[in-house]
Amino acid sequence: MQLTGAEIVIRCLQEEKVEHVFGYPGGSVLFIYDELFKQDQVSHILVRHEQAAVHAADAYSRSSNKIGVCLVTSGPGVTNAVTGIATAHMDSSPLVIITGQVPTAYIGQDAFQEADTVGITRPCVKHNFLVKDVKDLAVTLKRAFYLASTGRPGPVLVDIPKDITNQKCDFVYPKTVAMRSYNPVVKGHSGQIKKAVQLLLDAKRPMIYTGGGVILSDAADKLTALTRRLDYPITQTLMGLGGYPGTDRQFLGMLGMHGTYEANMAMQHCDVLLAIGARFDDRVIGNPAHFNQVPRKIIHIDIDPSSISKRVKVDVPVVGNVPDVLDEFLKQLDAAEARPDTKALAAWWKQIDEWRGKNCLKYKQGKDLIMPQFVIEKLYEVTGGDAIITSDVGQHQMWAAQYYRFDKPRRWISSGGLGTMGFGLPAAMGARFANPKATVACVTGEGSIQMNIQELSTCKQFRLPIKIVCLNNGYLGMVRQWQEMFHGNRYSESYVDALPDFVRLAEAYGHIGMRIDKPGDVEGALKDAFIKHKNDLVFLDFRTDPKANVFPMVAAGKGLSEMILAEDL
Amino acid sequence: MRHIISILIENESGALSRVSGLFSARAYNIESLTVAPTEDSSLSRMTIVSIGSDEVIEQITKQLNKLIDVVKVVDLSEAAHIERELMLVKVRATGKDREEMKRVADIFRGRIIDVTESTYVVELTGNTAKLDAFLDAIDRSLILETVRTGVCGIGRGDRILRV
Ligand SMILES: Cc1ncc(C[n+]2csc(CCOP(=O)(O)OP(=O)(O)O)c2C)c(N)n1
Repeated sequence: MQLTGAEIVIRCLQEEKVEHVFGYPGGSVLFIYDELFKQDQVSHILVRHEQAAVHAADAYSRSSNKIGVCLVTSGPGVTNAVTGIATAHMDSSPLVIITGQVPTAYIGQDAFQEADTVGITRPCVKHNFLVKDVKDLAVTLKRAFYLASTGRPGPVLVDIPKDITNQKCDFVYPKTVAMRSYNPVVKGHSGQIKKAVQLLLDAKRPMIYTGGGVILSDAADKLTALTRRLDYPITQTLMGLGGYPGTDRQFLGMLGMHGTYEANMAMQHCDVLLAIGARFDDRVIGNPAHFNQVPRKIIHIDIDPSSISKRVKVDVPVVGNVPDVLDEFLKQLDAAEARPDTKALAAWWKQIDEWRGKNCLKYKQGKDLIMPQFVIEKLYEVTGGDAIITSDVGQHQMWAAQYYRFDKPRRWISSGGLGTMGFGLPAAMGARFANPKATVACVTGEGSIQMNIQELSTCKQFRLPIKIVCLNNGYLGMVRQWQEMFHGNRYSESYVDALPDFVRLAEAYGHIGMRIDKPGDVEGALKDAFIKHKNDLVFLDFRTDPKANVFPMVAAGKGLSEMILAEDL
Repeated sequence: MRHIISILIENESGALSRVSGLFSARAYNIESLTVAPTEDSSLSRMTIVSIGSDEVIEQITKQLNKLIDVVKVVDLSEAAHIERELMLVKVRATGKDREEMKRVADIFRGRIIDVTESTYVVELTGNTAKLDAFLDAIDRSLILETVRTGVCGIGRGDRILRV
């Protein structure tokens, strides 16, 4: 049967069992929107800005492991989407982004709303396509879904000129795809795994360090089994939180620039490091030369060979899909004769417990000013630790990561790689669409929330009962903290003057707003929001200590063990 | 260290910009880059000459392999290989320089492929060092124009790069 390009797009989405498309219409995608209108299998979520469409699709995926899909128009639709695409790319989120393009014959003529979409997005996608013939459309979309979700996942963009969406051809949706240039590895090399297991069992001061790869590949159960089995300490990156229960004794907390004292010290001083689905980012290991001062053997499991030995030399690389590799690890551990050195391990735990004794996350909650950490702790209690928490970027993001303990994967949704302010609210929308029964809260700051505040309107349209936990310190807090510490207290442009009244703003969009000034009111307000107003969007404007800083802190360029602690000041 | 990297890549529009974009985005060095379709017109073969430490070259090959359109990557300079570059040089050739230019071109096994009353175009192939040597051997002030293809390379003997 002959279908138009627009019909083919919709049929492909249906074949891929896509439930929601996040998007915004415009001239070049009108035929596609017309076909969307004629069916009800794929629902379209109309956002208020294309950046939000991509963040929402991204979080939809992060909170469910389905592929997120967005649809935007050519030119400004695409350029608005770019921040979202780059965010997804840095955190390896599987997305398919469909973009309209000017008609084929107009390409290159500076036509109205023309942009070189493939050129602009090339450095921030896993791959992109420009469809030049309607006959290639179905197979290109099939490839896009395949590429997005296999290997190291990532956003894939398909640019479709308007004339193609109105031309006809036979529709056949390919069942499978094969690409001679793309064959991601799944199973790890068993010889390498054998070496790795031997190293692990010989360790005196072992450490496990995991990242977003564990979450993306749904390997949390296997990671937990392996870690418990070995009784080794474990730490996680910002992207890895929830990969191992955050409340467990073996978990040392997050590591890195704002990691815990015990996690950073153990990372620095271990003799065998097992890195899984993590990439030794500069925010994670600090200065690599300082990190290398301590001799240690490193085992690195990752699906992307280019992540291995990129910043830190690795002794035993294992390329493969994390759950498959961990399966083989567990099998080989069963078969191995050696057992962990329990005496050495006991001494190592004793050292770690000493570090832990520093209690590096302690803070004082007085009677007058609300401490931001206190809000997150109460949020944890009131939600029973069981909410999906999205975040924006800044101090509030770090406090959320430090004080909300994630026991399960896909509960912590944050822009780690790109650090995109404005991510939190649209991300909360996407997470709620993927988990229609879940409690979803967005932890944000008064700076970040204003970068996508227009989405309060989308939330109203789709009745999304998101709770916005705004830690309003009246500053671009993270910027202010750096200025205080490294720029002689010169607070250049980090004070956000003329803030709106967020309570009335929320009300103007048809939601509930609350302002909380006193520590004694924090818990009650949270209970009101999460219990009494369970089914409403509530904007909680917490006025917090304007001078609170995030500790511990490893200053940029410093070594992991050179932390600044709150108690030092 | 100087490395010669050979790539087989899908002959799609935009393939070249994916490779060159990768080099500029990650601050890798490119000395030269050549590309043309192979005997199988669905594939292009690219030769890139780059200078970098072993770690950087390892990253370059990994990053190239990660590009979806790239089918195969080898570092030719890891083993025995042949490299060639083609150069066309337009020189002033008048009076006694005419004879001398012809003589030097012969020594370098160059061919004169265009002749006017006052100029020659000399065609020369060889490795980069040989072409440089030719330019050094002639009087610089006589050179009117040069154009070089950049290096292309192939492994010796049984070393074969194909799908
Ligand atoms: C789009 C974007 N612009 C700028 C920055 C740089 N930046 C990082 S944190 C921060 C301050 C964020 O302020 P706020 O949202 O109020 O959070 P707080 O740090 O006060 O908790 C800024 C400006 C960024 N991460 N993203």
